[in-house]
Amino acid sequence: MKNELTAINVDILIVGAGPAGLAAAIAAKKAGIDSLIVLEREENAGGILRQCIHNGFGLHRFKEELTGPEYAQRDIDTAGEMGIDVRTGVTVLSVTNDKVVTAISKKYGLQIFKAKAVVLAMGCRERPRGALGIPGTRCAGIYSAGTAQKFVNLEGYMPGRRVVILGSGDIGLIMARRMTLQGAKVLACVELMPFSSGLNRNIVQCLHDYNIPLYLSHTVTDIHGKDRVTGVTVSKVDENRRPIPGTEIEFECDTLLLSVGLIPENELTVGAGVDICPATSGAVVDDSLQTSVPGIFACGNVLHVHDLVDFVSGESFKAGQAAADYVRGREHAGRAIPVRDGAGVRGAVPQQIRLEKGAQHANVDIMFRPDRVYQNPYVVVTADGKPIFSQKKMIMAPGEMANITLTEKQLAACEDAQAIEVSISLEKPAM
Amino acid sequence: MYDAIIIGAGVVGCAVAQQLSRYAGRLLVIDRMEDVADGASKANSGIVHAGFDAHPGTEKARLNVKGAKMYKELAGELGVPYGQPGALVLGFSEDDRATLNKLLEQANANGVEGCRIVERDEILKMEPNTNPAVVCALHAPTSGLVSPYEMTCALADSAAENGAEFILNNPVLEIKPTADGNWLVITGRDEYKTRAVVNCAGMGSGVLHNMISTRRVKLIARRGEYYLLDHAAEMPFHMTMFQCPTKMGKGVLVSPTTHGNILLGPTADDIDDGYDTATTRKGLDNVMDKVRLTWKNANLRLTITTFSGIRAHEEHGDFIIGKVEGAPAGAFEAVGVESPGLSAAPAIGQELGDEVAAFLGLDRKDDWKKPTPIPKAFRVMTDEERAEAYAKNPEYGTLVCRCEQVTEAEIRAAIRRPVGARSIDGVKRRTRAGMGRCQGGFCSPRVMEILCEELGVSPLEITKCGGDSRLLVGTLHDIAKEARPDEK
Repeated sequence: MKNELTAINVDILIVGAGPAGLAAAIAAKKAGIDSLIVLEREENAGGILRQCIHNGFGLHRFKEELTGPEYAQRDIDTAGEMGIDVRTGVTVLSVTNDKVVTAISKKYGLQIFKAKAVVLAMGCRERPRGALGIPGTRCAGIYSAGTAQKFVNLEGYMPGRRVVILGSGDIGLIMARRMTLQGAKVLACVELMPFSSGLNRNIVQCLHDYNIPLYLSHTVTDIHGKDRVTGVTVSKVDENRRPIPGTEIEFECDTLLLSVGLIPENELTVGAGVDICPATSGAVVDDSLQTSVPGIFACGNVLHVHDLVDFVSGESFKAGQAAADYVRGREHAGRAIPVRDGAGVRGAVPQQIRLEKGAQHANVDIMFRPDRVYQNPYVVVTADGKPIFSQKKMIMAPGEMANITLTEKQLAACEDAQAIEVSISLEKPAM
Repeated sequence: MYDAIIIGAGVVGCAVAQQLSRYAGRLLVIDRMEDVADGASKANSGIVHAGFDAHPGTEKARLNVKGAKMYKELAGELGVPYGQPGALVLGFSEDDRATLNKLLEQANANGVEGCRIVERDEILKMEPNTNPAVVCALHAPTSGLVSPYEMTCALADSAAENGAEFILNNPVLEIKPTADGNWLVITGRDEYKTRAVVNCAGMGSGVLHNMISTRRVKLIARRGEYYLLDHAAEMPFHMTMFQCPTKMGKGVLVSPTTHGNILLGPTADDIDDGYDTATTRKGLDNVMDKVRLTWKNANLRLTITTFSGIRAHEEHGDFIIGKVEGAPAGAFEAVGVESPGLSAAPAIGQELGDEVAAFLGLDRKDDWKKPTPIPKAFRVMTDEERAEAYAKNPEYGTLVCRCEQVTEAEIRAAIRRPVGARSIDGVKRRTRAGMGRCQGGFCSPRVMEILCEELGVSPLEITKCGGDSRLLVGTLHDIAKEARPDEK
């Protein structure tokens, strides 16, 4: 028996129907692209927002506080009203550099799509225990915070009663509160770095409000228990993040939740031959969110891990619009000028800005994270070493993505530059 | 009354069971753990050693070489991943050269084919990522790789398809001879009478031996810790890279696995608790220190997990295989089966199985069923094969584990196998779901659901690996009520 595997032609194929994929689809449809398919591996659209039942989503975009499912539903409804073809339960197996997308699903079987443009919106995943090399036993009771969140919020089960959380990422903080409200005892939140990697509002609302101690510059150095976790050892670390002998604290617990970082899920991206940026673990993109492979775009957490979904949506609208322009033959032209991480800056996106000399330039947003906490710093952008932008900030922390906007005039000053650099300075630059 | 009870469902016990299943007899396999391969067989280097390490004249040498030669055909029959990339034992000094020459002599004495000493330039041509400080190496082209737990599961299935019973989660407390010349095996849940008993209990085999024999054996628990790295776009090494052996074992290796991961380890530390498979900071750091001798630029960025396994080292250093000396008739054993035990397992299974059958006077079955090979994994299928698999079973259309591309069809099949998966780890070992870079973060809730559907149990009963390793402690309502009993 031989199945026919004829390719299905489509203008834009979007991988992922989380907030990024949905926003890209809505923007592309608005731009007039009708031949548009969104493929989602889960049975429902909405991505990780489906299990984020707490509120605080949408403050920037909708000017109101929504829960994760409410935020997602708005885009799902919009996509539905616009007649966008969102197919769930479909897993993309590969994307090639000539934009052939192979997918499989229970409903449609194996399908091959030939797309004019592809938008990658697969999101990210959590760093697991194994990747940290924490010694100890490999018993039950060790979960990434998101897995625990899925058990609690989507399945209705508690993964444990006495909990220690390693890492102060936002999902871990949210789960500290969630599990406390549900009757668990959260004993501690332990963070390797001298600062939290989560949003300050989550530290306050999820830890302080429930008297959960936050141990900065500490880490889990041993895990005990044969079948199920019975306890963990927490140690203080030195400035090189090495555990200091003699500082061990023992916690009796049945659960260790990990919130130690999110990793953009770029297996398909790598398979497509797209260049990956070591600082973000996402694709290298230009200011239209186009990757190193023409016609393949990336947006949302697969590009770089965001803190707020509002910015995911914003970025993804641009990617959808740019993909539509590409399909129409209105490619984002101009010479690609690299954007480099300068002092204090990690993972500036986009990594390239395309400028056509003498043309009108649309504003370009650059997002990045500071490498540590800064009080009253300046964000400085230089073109070949010459400052073209400076902005004073009150406080910057790695847990909060920074965002600056370069205007028409500032971009015009970059037209002939070989490189643009973003840095953080404690002194006001001479402009 | 059984004809034979095999204690221990590791690779040796299951190989013996498969061999015995060729004979017309009533056969039972019991194990303390909830799954087969749940001891040393799941946590070792997965190397089918060529056979140059063991001293000529030992059981280790003989059975290693014999077993290794059986692997290709056996793995093919069972549908278990196997490869033969060869191995290099690296030497970094002229002292090491002397050691390598000695290994070469042993190889020749043991009947290992094709071994030779290679020099630096050739080594760097074969494996460009080798530390350039290398001087010479022993090249053993017949060194192989196998997935040890998949091998064990497949042997167990084959035995079960031919009538062997498996009662797992069933720790043996006592074995004793009965007045009528048979044996009684008493476990945590029942008593079983049998004509012959075969002790393949790995780390537990010493205690069982000493229970029935006047001749003592002493097993030392020698723990080895490992790092497992993710599939990389470019594999740093294609062969198994050993360093010169020491008295504690074959030293730290860098090796690909049959699934394209890279394995680093093991250490060798003697410990008191033969079941303590915790990893330690010291052990893991030790792995990396030693790995850098082989692979100078090794980095841990691709680490998926760390683990440890325990070798059952008999104090005199050799395997003890056959009739239990100093015990009444009908008792057989495979004791002290540490490395190269995996390599030797097919040979041990064949010889010990035949010996037990001869003792029992069992006849070969005419209707022995050949193993049903494990179907090709979706992960390695071509598009055409995937389309075909879907056409036969649409559950191939749902990917449950995205990292290792494992489908719902394969997970259900793993649970339905003759000795099927009963836990998250059981599914993982049989399908690789959860074996990838996210370590089950995304797929474990879904695997749990499928286990519940297949086994007809509640999620609260699903364990990671049997015993008290339940993943969930209660419903939201249960736990909230427990915490605040007075609230409505």
